[in-house]
Amino acid sequence: MTLPDNFRTRLVQLDRPGDPTVFGEGVRADAAELVSRYPAGQSRSALLPMLHLVQSAQGYVSPDGIAFCADVLDITRAQVAAVATFYTMYKRQPTGEYLVSVCTNTLCGLLGGDDIYASLSEALGVGMNETTDDGKITLEHAECLAACDYAPVVTVNYEFFDNQTTASAGALVDQLRAGERPLPSRGAPLCSFKQIERQIAGFFDEQTLAADANGSGVPTEAGVKLALERGDTAPSYAAASTPARKPDTQDNGTN
Amino acid sequence: MTLTPVLTKRFGTDQPWKIDNYERLDGYTGLRRALAMAPDEVISIVKDSSLRGRGGAGFPTGMKWQFIPQSKPGETPKPHYVVVNADEGEPGTCRDLPLMMNDPHSMIEGIIIACFAVRAQHAFVYIRGEAIHAIRRVTGAVREAYAKGYLGKDVLGSGLDFDITVHGGAGAYICGEETALLDSLEGKRGQPRLKPPFPATNGLYDAPTVVNNVGTLASVPYIILGGAAWYKELGPEGSPGTSIYSLSGRVKNPGQYEAPMGTTLRELLELAGGMSRGKPLKFWTPGGSSTPLFTQDHLDVPLDFDAVAKAGSMNGTSAVMIFDEGDSVVRAVLKWTQFYEHESCGKCTPCREGNYWTAQILERILHGHGTEADLDTLLDTCDNILGRSFCALGDGAVSPIASSIKYFRDDYLALIPGGASVPPALAGATV
Repeated sequence: MTLPDNFRTRLVQLDRPGDPTVFGEGVRADAAELVSRYPAGQSRSALLPMLHLVQSAQGYVSPDGIAFCADVLDITRAQVAAVATFYTMYKRQPTGEYLVSVCTNTLCGLLGGDDIYASLSEALGVGMNETTDDGKITLEHAECLAACDYAPVVTVNYEFFDNQTTASAGALVDQLRAGERPLPSRGAPLCSFKQIERQIAGFFDEQTLAADANGSGVPTEAGVKLALERGDTAPSYAAASTPARKPDTQDNGTN
Repeated sequence: MTLTPVLTKRFGTDQPWKIDNYERLDGYTGLRRALAMAPDEVISIVKDSSLRGRGGAGFPTGMKWQFIPQSKPGETPKPHYVVVNADEGEPGTCRDLPLMMNDPHSMIEGIIIACFAVRAQHAFVYIRGEAIHAIRRVTGAVREAYAKGYLGKDVLGSGLDFDITVHGGAGAYICGEETALLDSLEGKRGQPRLKPPFPATNGLYDAPTVVNNVGTLASVPYIILGGAAWYKELGPEGSPGTSIYSLSGRVKNPGQYEAPMGTTLRELLELAGGMSRGKPLKFWTPGGSSTPLFTQDHLDVPLDFDAVAKAGSMNGTSAVMIFDEGDSVVRAVLKWTQFYEHESCGKCTPCREGNYWTAQILERILHGHGTEADLDTLLDTCDNILGRSFCALGDGAVSPIASSIKYFRDDYLALIPGGASVPPALAGATV
């Protein structure tokens, strides 16, 4: 059963004073590491990564998580809550193992994203920000994910599945619910929501970083491939470089 | 019409994001050359190149760098910062993520050169949180750059230290606005600041700060290598350099096409194989959803800063979203407006309330419950948002509404009971 997604339930939830001690030594050490990435005296800069860290531990931003951030950064819980409620990626209710985001901004939406979202919502029996009863999938419709040349796109824990259709997206969530982890179109293999939140917080091992072997797809390379076919090139900067640096031959047209 | 890959020239080569491959293709030679110059000389070259920011506003980069106040001899220097705006989220814009995925080192090299020029030691790359693939890629590239001595202590024997922190956002379009980004980077809600003071004097942690877009910084190593004159000649007067045009929507081969600034949509469509489903072009954006729509009549407008402005829109992020006669302009505009409504940060009333109302009016029209007077109400509301909002989000939000009513008023009327002048199926909703 899911709670109604309205302002009142959200407010009540954050009203409960949290307990920062539910986070163990490991999370505390990670938080200290995040703080160390910013200049001395600017620890609050670590708040956004720390809220991702909290989600990596709990799957959402709980009152405990808010209390934890406030405790580590020595700011008030209200200050943390104000930030946690501002950003879309901070979830207010426990998130499933997979966050499935369907881009329904105009371009993806008109190219099929609206239909994909509607069909997934019906198939999963959940609406915006709701989670399936088996705890596997939280569904959301997302704003522009900056992959318009691959439209329509769906992401699973922020990894891209490009050029989706209602059929392919339906098959994708079926696989996820069956315990499989299909390979994204680009980027790294899937992991859980909590694991990806740890990455977004800024913690990576070398293997994870090396995994994005296939970072590029057809649209990304469309222009350069075509340029190669046509023999198009930009004027060479190597040829230009020597004379351009001599003051007497420099183009001083604007001076 | 020639494609001119400069920023994208390494795309499609063997793992161009790896530092060894990058170095083989001239990587970090621009940095070496810059470090041999005086910082002010670097600023002059960038200024002379007339490079304009690629983030949307097109502000001259060299001027931005020059605005950073430099301490006089004997003064205790205040720290300076370089912040990279990699919070790509303008609808239609999909250029910085591929650039970071394929060629992260060109941006990193540009960052180090910028740090050197403005006398900063610490740079931050603010990447939108959803773009975890790009966060991974840039983090990996930054680690490589540290390992090779391009970052860290005494870079290339210059006696100077440079550091880069990669910072993931948390999902807020407004953080692409530079002062909202700075607040967000300080661990606050991403809401814009009143300007002046500008970031150049009071930026991150109230210190002098340069905020540049990914593509802007990635252009810098080439400008150092080729010189200002070479760079200028790549584009028309006033809009030098190349542009990565991101084509998306009803086009046969969507993707990233790097061509001289001033290329037209007619030329771009030819490169991209034409329209995707045989229907004629209806409306398109020259630079993202915040730039007023163009139509068939604008196929030959040179897509550069000045020519697009003259034709009544904005070059923006050169995000060209293409829609055909089968797409409903009213539905498209409603969805964009709902986006702005969702992403309005709430700080100022015109944007927060205005987008709330325009979205409702558009929804009413789309579902056949509108009146002709609603169009006037929409335009009146737009008038109260445009120029009266705290930042450019509000201005951008009215672009699709006002321009669509200007060019496609009949499509709106067709959805209004009793006012049909074109077939509703064409004007309207499949929702």
